[in-house]
Amino acid sequence: MRIINRTLSRRAAILLGSTPFALLIGAYAIASHLRRIDNPADKLLPSLSSMGDAIWRMGFEADKRSGDYLLWLDTVDSLSRLTVGIFISTLLAVGLGISIGFIPHIRRGLAPFVATLSLIPPITILPILFIIFGLGETSKVMLIMIGTAPVMIRCVSQAVMEIPRELIIKAETLGASTWQMITRVVLPQVMPKLITAIRLGLVPAWIFLISAEAIASTSGLGYRIFLVRRYLAMDVILPYVAWITLLAFILDRLLLMASRRAFPWNHLSGDSL
Amino acid sequence: MLKTFFKTLSFAAVLSASLASLPAHAEEKSEFKVCWSIYVGWMPWGYLQDSGIMKKWADKYDISVDIVQINDYVKSINQYTAGEYDGCSMTNMDALSIPAGGGVDTTALIVGDYSNGNDGIILKDATDLAAIKGQNVNLVELSVSHYLLARALEKVGLSEQDVTVVNTSDADMIATYATDDVTSVVTWNPLLSEIAANDNATLVFDSAGIPGEIIDIMMVNTETLANNPAFGKALVGAWYELMGIMASDTDEGIAARTAMAEASGTDLAGYDAQLASTAMFFTPDKAVEFTKSAELPETMKFVAEFLFDKGILGEGAPSPEFVGVSFPDGSIYGDSANVKLKFDTTYMEMAAKGEL
Repeated sequence: MRIINRTLSRRAAILLGSTPFALLIGAYAIASHLRRIDNPADKLLPSLSSMGDAIWRMGFEADKRSGDYLLWLDTVDSLSRLTVGIFISTLLAVGLGISIGFIPHIRRGLAPFVATLSLIPPITILPILFIIFGLGETSKVMLIMIGTAPVMIRCVSQAVMEIPRELIIKAETLGASTWQMITRVVLPQVMPKLITAIRLGLVPAWIFLISAEAIASTSGLGYRIFLVRRYLAMDVILPYVAWITLLAFILDRLLLMASRRAFPWNHLSGDSL
Repeated sequence: MLKTFFKTLSFAAVLSASLASLPAHAEEKSEFKVCWSIYVGWMPWGYLQDSGIMKKWADKYDISVDIVQINDYVKSINQYTAGEYDGCSMTNMDALSIPAGGGVDTTALIVGDYSNGNDGIILKDATDLAAIKGQNVNLVELSVSHYLLARALEKVGLSEQDVTVVNTSDADMIATYATDDVTSVVTWNPLLSEIAANDNATLVFDSAGIPGEIIDIMMVNTETLANNPAFGKALVGAWYELMGIMASDTDEGIAARTAMAEASGTDLAGYDAQLASTAMFFTPDKAVEFTKSAELPETMKFVAEFLFDKGILGEGAPSPEFVGVSFPDGSIYGDSANVKLKFDTTYMEMAAKGEL
């Protein structure tokens, strides 16, 4: 049988899927061990156990100075910034995306502008954001929003334009007003695409969250990484990176599951990543 | 599947080999690399390389020394700690927390200067340090700025609990000062003088208030130095030759200072102004005298306690005495079984006696 037609048992799939992870951890452990033969207190590649200690210290021991549990404090602060930023972007994507995709006047008026906005590298206008929105939470949320909204808007309006013309004409024949078509035809068709847009938006959103926290902050996952970077505390940085990756992964899977649950008709074509 | 497995395995092997080969191999060698970053007291390092003075001294001892400028100060220390460089310019505080705290045995080869006004605290619309109480203070957290703030607060009977420290990148310091919600910053020159030039800014405290505590040093790997005395001799020899030139008001001295000024993005007057708030040790005698002074152990104790207090003194340090610091008279602060930072005047004394 050709290899492309062979399927795997669930057990084999899990085994195969976890092999690269195991190899990576193994390679790290070897490299770390070799470096620690030279210098037992090596900071660059700390041992897995010292990373475990660091996670324990950050997550389950109150900070000497403030009494906070730093890992959880950072996680809550970062996730709330991310949520607010993505929430605003989503509202914009729905409102502007549908208007641009569905109403030619608005499309002609706004589409080139949104396309141009989406090409501005957000990091470059960060100093301007500071001056306008200050250094507090607003500028961090704004950075996430500016970094994600334009692309999400374009994604949604494209989805609106791809709705089969026949459907719209059918609705018009039945006497639907523009507003009725938006709420009854366009919105339901676009919802799964919106979820995809959010999933795609989350990727840059994390980058901008971390960048914003690196600049001026008193808490957050990115703040902590950039703070301890100063004294090369890889034992904190590496677990934090793993934690951020895990959070991002969970968010992504939850959105996928929500989409499958709510819009099963959109997932009929089979496997999706 | 087997093929993929071996591919992954060989990739892992390459990865681990490349990561593992980073540490500096401390045997006798003839090629050395030191790094430095932009700061008034370290500009001579760039000039040593460009002017050929370093090459002259390296040739004398039959070695080669490459002096590399790194744009980001913290990155330069990290690279030294990782073993990429044999030496690096840094402050006493960062040397204790980063390489020494990370187990890299480090020796203070050339004690170059101490900050005597180069680091300072600026308040917006207030003229008294005590007004800082309750404010957000923007600074590079865990840096010498943070140390300066802690020492300044002590002097007016406040503690860090009375303010909120906001970690702010030095690259963004000037832009952030312009925003309304920033009321106080702690930073260093040339940013400090740039911000102090604002109408609403008052410099309420600077490092002249804690003279000799923020020290700028060429730190080198102890093992490398022990195996290669020529490396130490060449660096120290070249350094004090240039110090002699720099201190003089001859054409040569002015040319050297002008070149350093341009390299740091200012002009001769600006650079001289920065030098005025830096206590440079232009002669090896002065540096030796300072390194042997009774105040230095006292300073290192302050620094170690500050670092411990912030939880950044090495891997799970149980007390401020976790990392040992040795001084020229043989005395030790902290754990004598874990001495990782060594103040050693041997080479500077050779320079003072003209034995290089």
